[in-house]
Amino acid sequence: MTQGKLNAVGQSIKRRDGLGHVTGKTVYVDDVKFRDMLHLKMVRSPVPHARIKGIDFSEAEKVPGFVRALTHEDVPKNTYTILCLIGVGPDEEPVLAEDEVRYKGEQIAAIIAETEEAAMEAVGKVKLDLEELPAVFDVEEALKPGAPILKHWGTNYFVYEGHHCRRVRYGDVEKGFAEADFIVEERYQTSPIEHAPTETTGCVVKPEADGRYTVYTNTQALFFTLDNAALILEVPFNKLHLVGGTVGGGFGGKVDVIVEPITILAAMKTGRPVRYVFMRDEEMRVSSTRGAWRMYYKDGVMKDGRIVARQVTTYADAGAYNRHTPYAVTKHAANAAGPYNIPNVSIDAHCVYTNRQPGSAMRGFAVTPASFALEVQMDKIAETIGMDPWEIRFINAYRNGDMKPHRKVVEDATLIETMQAAAEMVGTELPERLKAMHSNDREGGNHG
Amino acid sequence: MAKLRGTGMAAVNYPTGMNLGGDPSQALIHATTTGTFVISLSSTDLGQGLKTVIAQIGADALGVPVENVMIDTADTDTGPHCMGTFASRATHRVGNAVVMAAQEARKVLLEVAADELEVSPEDLETDGQGNILVKGAPSRSIGLVDTALAAHFKYAKTISGRGMFMKPKSDVDPETGAMDPDSTEAHACTVAEVEVDTETGEVKVLSIKSAYEIGRQVNPALVKGQIEGGSVMGMSHALLETTAPYYPAIDHSPGGFSDYLIPGSADIPEIESVVLEYPSSTGPFGVKGIGEMTANSPIPAIVNAINNAIGVRITELPVTPEKILRALEMKDKE
Repeated sequence: MTQGKLNAVGQSIKRRDGLGHVTGKTVYVDDVKFRDMLHLKMVRSPVPHARIKGIDFSEAEKVPGFVRALTHEDVPKNTYTILCLIGVGPDEEPVLAEDEVRYKGEQIAAIIAETEEAAMEAVGKVKLDLEELPAVFDVEEALKPGAPILKHWGTNYFVYEGHHCRRVRYGDVEKGFAEADFIVEERYQTSPIEHAPTETTGCVVKPEADGRYTVYTNTQALFFTLDNAALILEVPFNKLHLVGGTVGGGFGGKVDVIVEPITILAAMKTGRPVRYVFMRDEEMRVSSTRGAWRMYYKDGVMKDGRIVARQVTTYADAGAYNRHTPYAVTKHAANAAGPYNIPNVSIDAHCVYTNRQPGSAMRGFAVTPASFALEVQMDKIAETIGMDPWEIRFINAYRNGDMKPHRKVVEDATLIETMQAAAEMVGTELPERLKAMHSNDREGGNHG
Repeated sequence: MAKLRGTGMAAVNYPTGMNLGGDPSQALIHATTTGTFVISLSSTDLGQGLKTVIAQIGADALGVPVENVMIDTADTDTGPHCMGTFASRATHRVGNAVVMAAQEARKVLLEVAADELEVSPEDLETDGQGNILVKGAPSRSIGLVDTALAAHFKYAKTISGRGMFMKPKSDVDPETGAMDPDSTEAHACTVAEVEVDTETGEVKVLSIKSAYEIGRQVNPALVKGQIEGGSVMGMSHALLETTAPYYPAIDHSPGGFSDYLIPGSADIPEIESVVLEYPSSTGPFGVKGIGEMTANSPIPAIVNAINNAIGVRITELPVTPEKILRALEMKDKE
């Protein structure tokens, strides 16, 4: 490091934007206004799964202030997948639905109008001719024969290099189960959750005189949004200029690229600034949630508390489209065995599609559900073998130099020290043996 | 019917950063004519205080007062690439990029000061107060303003630096799952205390007490902000929140805060924390990420505390009064 002595790092200096936030002076996307700005609202699917047979805009067009509608035919590259930039494919989500809708609330057509009220009124007057199709909502039902298939490649799961799930294989779990004194099994289920930011997702796009488009956005990732938008719109990347950096709460909900491409397109087609900001109802019912997870844990445990085998089978409910779930499942697989040293581990983590509003990134991204299941499971193991919940965790805690199931050597482990500090804080008197443990070796009696 | 109390604990790790296709961020630093250092980024501040902590890291890496550091973000025309603010990555990734850029800028700063003071750059040090001093002879010094003016108008030098940090791509072995998906691991251990009303099924969280190990705290007040916000979010996930109350059915999905429950001020329990610092070899000044994991450990700690209070282990979130009452009914029948 450049400087031995730290002057600023470690100090609770006052945050620079705090005063602006609490006095209402910070400029957020919704504060960006232009005199001739238009408003965009979305025609959405009222049902979770249907074939689109027709869209009738004739009554909507009569609403005073109606400017124009956009359908999938207006979007240059309508089908995309957000993670295409890092090689995830195939493309599978439409910007605007084409012949089918796969979740309730899916975007079908954009209405652009002079005022927000006119846009909403016109949206209400668009007539949809839909033929409802059977829908599937449960991740395990979606994998059974006969379930309605949602993906053009013929399955309701993401394919990981030829496998139906992300696999981790370490040691031999069956051998571990055969040796074990106890088998502890449980099913865990989390719920889809809304990010609930104070500021809803949105953007304002302004066409500039030089032919470029300035996009005022509350995305959490500016270039990620720019690149995806340029690919969808088939415009040179430098036609787009994104301005952001101040977000009223993200929590992962503003990593998807939903509002910007269609709003840029609306600005291109009309030559005027366009605003598209989610209503609270859209933020909750339509935009991505934290995906729900179903997780089955099966552990082989010895009488002395050592976990000798862990088998994990989990299903991420991606909803109708990929968004970030294929990567979430990989991150989950790397963390599903927990911060414990277990010699035999097998993990099958599935990314499953259902007729639900998509799940995607959220704070804790696929590790949160694993931590929930793991740590409730650890208590269940402790109870099953008659051991203290602290002790079961100390005995199995990973140490520096251990090998994780995904074959990464453990570095920077401090689980033991963190548990010791927590115990001290709440006045739990740990046995001397646990107090003497540390993360740099296996002194203190646990297995190696 | 009674109000029963219980405690539960949970211990977790949390990985810093992503790497699916490589995980880069960049920073550019330049000095103005009068010695203000502008750090140009395209990184987003989600309200967690990124702009503030990056200024702190930049100040110490440059060896200048934090008041002399300005953060210019986030504009894709002027800011170099940043992958984004997520995955507990920003302080670690952007901080590393800023340290690298600061080292290059500091080198020029010291060269110009050395010319002005007629010494060698190796003989100089900064005091972090805006002065560049000759080691062992602090009376011989030059301020940042004079150094920057000299660079611009006398030596035609740009006091600037380029910084880049990237966690390289790690392909996952499809058979074994072998991969290198993160840069370091932070840790948390939470002890929660709850009171369960066996008549109504309601759970009141009395306290959430946690220890964290995050490498190094750049700004302890902002770390505390993450801890308190995350503790409440975790509690809320454990007990209240769902967009599908009858999951997997999609019926009755809430559309606003009148029917999507999150805690109000009166629901916030006693929150206590202690932060340990075991510096990581990969982060700027040893930093690990804390952003996400503060919401993780409270969830199982609360679920375990409920079991400790009433002897039923709920395995589905959120733990609603209905689930508590049904579980108690099942237990009574057994």
